[in-house]
Amino acid sequence: MKPTDTNNPEYFHKVVDCQWGCPAHADVPAYIRMIAQGQFSDAYMENRKSNVFPGILGRVCDRPCEPACRRVRVEDEPVAICRLKRVAADHRDDITDRLPKPPSKNNGKRVALIGAGCASLTVANDLRPLGYDVTIFEAHDTTGGLMRTNIPQFRLPPKVLDEEIGYILDMGVDLKLNHAIDSLKDLLDEDYDAVFVGTGAPRGKNLEIPGRYDSDRIYIGIDWLESVAFDHVDSIGERVLIIGVGNTAMDCCRTSLRLGAKDVKVMARKPRGFFKASSWELEDAEEENVEILVNHSPKEFVIENGKLVGMKFELMEYKVDDKGRIDRGTVTGEKTIPCDDVVLAIGQDNAFPWIERDLGIEFDQWECPVVDETTMMCGREGVFFGGDSAFGPKNIIWAVEHGHQAAISIHKFCQGEDIEDRLPMGLNLESQKMGMHEWSYSNDYNPASRRLMPHVDLKQRFKKLDIEVELGFTVEQTIEEVERCLNCDMQTVFTASLCIECDACVDVCPVDCLTIAANGDEEELRTRLSAPARNTEQALYVSAELPHTARVMIKDEDLCVHCSLCAERCPTGAWDMQKSTILVPYALDEAQVSQPKTATGGSGA
Amino acid sequence: MSYIAKPKISHPGLPRNALGLTSRDYEGSVSTLCAGCGHDSVTAAIIQAVFELDIEPHMLAKMSGIGCSSKTPAYFVHQAHGFNSVHGRMPSVTTGANAANRDLMYIGVSGDGDSLSIGVGQFVHAIRRNLNMCYIIENNGVYGLTKGQFSASADIGSMPKKGMPNQQEPIDPVSTALSLGATYIARSFSGDKEQLVPLLKGALLHSGFSLVDIISPCVTFNDHEGSTKSYAHTRQHYHHVVNVDYIHPSKEIKASYEEGEAMPIHLHGGDTILLRKVDDSYDPTSRASAFKYLRERFNAGEITTGLLYANESRAEMHELMGNVETPLSKLPLDELNPGKDELAKLQAGYR
Repeated sequence: MKPTDTNNPEYFHKVVDCQWGCPAHADVPAYIRMIAQGQFSDAYMENRKSNVFPGILGRVCDRPCEPACRRVRVEDEPVAICRLKRVAADHRDDITDRLPKPPSKNNGKRVALIGAGCASLTVANDLRPLGYDVTIFEAHDTTGGLMRTNIPQFRLPPKVLDEEIGYILDMGVDLKLNHAIDSLKDLLDEDYDAVFVGTGAPRGKNLEIPGRYDSDRIYIGIDWLESVAFDHVDSIGERVLIIGVGNTAMDCCRTSLRLGAKDVKVMARKPRGFFKASSWELEDAEEENVEILVNHSPKEFVIENGKLVGMKFELMEYKVDDKGRIDRGTVTGEKTIPCDDVVLAIGQDNAFPWIERDLGIEFDQWECPVVDETTMMCGREGVFFGGDSAFGPKNIIWAVEHGHQAAISIHKFCQGEDIEDRLPMGLNLESQKMGMHEWSYSNDYNPASRRLMPHVDLKQRFKKLDIEVELGFTVEQTIEEVERCLNCDMQTVFTASLCIECDACVDVCPVDCLTIAANGDEEELRTRLSAPARNTEQALYVSAELPHTARVMIKDEDLCVHCSLCAERCPTGAWDMQKSTILVPYALDEAQVSQPKTATGGSGA
Repeated sequence: MSYIAKPKISHPGLPRNALGLTSRDYEGSVSTLCAGCGHDSVTAAIIQAVFELDIEPHMLAKMSGIGCSSKTPAYFVHQAHGFNSVHGRMPSVTTGANAANRDLMYIGVSGDGDSLSIGVGQFVHAIRRNLNMCYIIENNGVYGLTKGQFSASADIGSMPKKGMPNQQEPIDPVSTALSLGATYIARSFSGDKEQLVPLLKGALLHSGFSLVDIISPCVTFNDHEGSTKSYAHTRQHYHHVVNVDYIHPSKEIKASYEEGEAMPIHLHGGDTILLRKVDDSYDPTSRASAFKYLRERFNAGEITTGLLYANESRAEMHELMGNVETPLSKLPLDELNPGKDELAKLQAGYR
């Protein structure tokens, strides 16, 4: 293998699994260390730089960082990253004077943002400090988009939403509520320099089976949740069936329980393991005694005398092949399950009835606009998309990242720059050595297991719709959980020319991830390492030839716990622990440095 | 040393031996030697060897004297028996232990100071009586624990960190052992585990005295330019002449070796090692030719490594003395001590 190119920021970025897994590249280990030191406000601001809504995301993020967490590979359970994020938000001091400042004067460019959800708000957050005159058009009489209408209050209190959205609006964003845009053409005629579409994927999927339109007690999940959020619905029958087993289904079943349902069943077409819902959302629903029935495929609604009395399902059987793929299944029977109400939560589609089809915006077969994945611009110059409206339903953290990227594009577009010519990511490495055996971080491995979120008592929580179920980590839990972080950004950096091949590092490594051996190609080399290196998704870090024997040092990045022992046992300092900081460029960086092109990692945000 | 202990977490894919243990289970406490010390690599090689041999920790006795080397038994197989004895007196203590319990496997870890200066008399007599033990010398040419004075194994002309070069003849433990009739004599290098681990396995299984002289650089006092026991010097000048493969009893000996190229040696316990000659002209079964070869290569400035002499035909201490098979420590008292009357009879025989 060729020596690993550690000058490419991507290499060390990928070692920080959580940060690599996060669409917005939040510097997770850095803010966890701040929390460990009690610097909650600093941790909050570090978070806000990338994800803009730490309090919201600390509760309801889809957490792509957690399945990516190295701890999953080393033991089993990831660090409770999301919970720790909430700790930072819950315990922060007043940080208003650390927020981005409104500009002293506007730069004369006007930007229209459609929809007051997380994508548009992120664009506003990034562009307003640069002097852009930002207007948000919102169809409802309140902000937040799906974060407010689709996520129940017992998971995300309105206060948290109001506070974090307020930080952005307070910079002087012109918010027009109750202002649905019913024609993009009309809006484009109004002299805006750029338009951003952040209207989400607002159309819940329907289930066109017999009986669908013969009762008024069959609801589309996201519409029903919205009605609940706006107090248009405050009750439901005793027996409720939820069709679908995604995260919206989890919100629907738990909401039903709070509106008077006694028997709630979630009907899944496929077996466990093929559910769309996040594992923790499933757990939370099952804790509330929601029953999940697998292998039930909806066949028809059973209507008697014009009244919904039940639903008929086909009982399915599936085969799973050795690669874990499931077949289409075979029907083995039928079953009718009685019910009073049915909520359909089987997915969402994009819908743009208000975008004329002659504006130069191309749509694919799923009604999704054709949008460039880097610039977020569609076929019509000056029109940008982000969040669920761009590529279909994803999640909040993806919408935030879309917002950041769209903001960069809008800025460059408005300044007449090439929107494709964007700042690259940068990387800083700093040695963390403080003394013979001292490092600037807590390097010992802590075998503690993941802390569990304390919940409001099962009897208490159903009394009102807006009782937040999760109480947040206690001090003791926080102290323990932060130590579970393996500090993956504390990189093991190797200098081949200093190595005397004494084997000290190889011998001391607790997870046997180091080997000194003759070089070879990757596949072959993986068979000759100190311990099996079967996870080919994790890189081998290969050094230049060692001075004495021309062999190479090989590190399998898979299971390194960043304990620093290799660097401590190295007599020549060939190994060093260096903190990698990934410099993620934001619109602010594009504005501050036109030439030469380097990112500051959003230092001003 | 490090402030943190080696984390207990281990690689989930680590191989397990016949006892269901991983190599991690054969570790000891964290080393307090200097970072980069060759002795730590020897420790790692010992761990690997006893792990691969499926040795039950409680059947192992770790013996040592005084010195950096003699600290190392603390760093491997923490469940084994251990005796950290007086400076240079490890061979006598081991003789006593072995006399009492011949069932244990004895591994003595010593250094060039402990064995070739203060303990040289003990060392040579342990060889003479063919004590059944694996005797390891972690050889670095200096007294590391007392800040780097030359030891008895320092080569003529070798430079200290500061001061005059050494002018006294070195004692070579390998030649010494050859001349005294040791039955398994090997030399290796701490930085070459591929060669060292099989040599150690052979030494542990050998019946009788086995010497493994290991060049183990002192990273603090003897790893500079001008030193003949540095990592760099050793790597430049060492030569494999005979390597060893340990053949697990469960595996058949593959007949893939050609006569003269490789040679099986059947050990007393039923195990087999396979000698692989790197230099055809070398004969590891002849003391005379081994001696000649070693001297010639030494004069040419080379460090000859590998299994340099092996002789499975000589009886070890207990066999020489005709002792009972059962360890003395396990004999019932009435057998161990035949009583006054028997003693009187014996004494009468000498009158």
